[in-house]
Amino acid sequence: MLIVSCPCCGVTAEETEFHAHGEAHITRHAMDASDEQMETYLFMRKNPKGVHFERWRHQNGCGKWFHMARDTATLEVFGTYSAQTLAPPEDLLAEIDAKRPGWRDRA
Amino acid sequence: MSEAISALKNASFETGIAQIREMGAVGMITLRGDLSAKPLQKAAVAAAGVNLPDPRQCQTQGQGGMAWMSPDELLILCAYEDAHAKLADLQEKLAKYHALAVNVSDARAMFEIRGPHARGVLAKLAPVDLSPAAFTTGMFRRTRIAQVPAAFWLHKEDVFHVVCFRSVAQYVFDVLSIAAQSGSEVGVFQR
Repeated sequence: MLIVSCPCCGVTAEETEFHAHGEAHITRHAMDASDEQMETYLFMRKNPKGVHFERWRHQNGCGKWFHMARDTATLEVFGTYSAQTLAPPEDLLAEIDAKRPGWRDRA
Repeated sequence: MSEAISALKNASFETGIAQIREMGAVGMITLRGDLSAKPLQKAAVAAAGVNLPDPRQCQTQGQGGMAWMSPDELLILCAYEDAHAKLADLQEKLAKYHALAVNVSDARAMFEIRGPHARGVLAKLAPVDLSPAAFTTGMFRRTRIAQVPAAFWLHKEDVFHVVCFRSVAQYVFDVLSIAAQSGSEVGVFQR
């Protein structure tokens, strides 16, 4: 079971108070996109065994969206961060580098 | 005007390890907006009759009160009859600002859990650390109770107030009553 801290309201709770909404930081291709871009946007997901960045929502709490970095194999939560961003924060990436050397090659 | 009736007509469960009671019709106004904005703060304090609560806190005094629901949402509590007037006043004061106030009194149900085992009863149903050290008087928490969303606060020691949607009032009452059935003490929070 995941223990999640919501960066919006500050509550730390187990995962049943939250809801996962899939991979984060996906480029949203729109009207003028090619078929390949549209396919990538709609269907292509990394599904890694290891470090994964996800969108979550504090479903039964403050109701806000946020991002979470976790390990899909060990269920370790590396951290949560604001939804108002296009990429994970540098300090969180550094922490993951230290804990999972070489994860970027596998991601 | 039609007579206002609460979801469960003040149902209560008295024969368990804690007393479960529906609190009847309670006035509730949802206020959303920038909580750091002075006009919104002033209007909210005037309507609720209490100071602005800190994050994850609830302030109450008599029938009035105010709970911190999320970074941009407050729940104002008042007497059921006063909700309309307070809402009109809020909307007038905030007409020029980006804020939203709605009377949700009839969309909600409110319960009281009373007794020395109140913490234990609630802890069976919500994924929240309810130990006396972690959950103190005035703390407010939006979470789930069994399968439905709910919010509660520790009104005073041994007394929790629970707010849920009216549509699930019977479910919440039943599940609280089951969690409070006699002989079901867990005892982990006993002082």
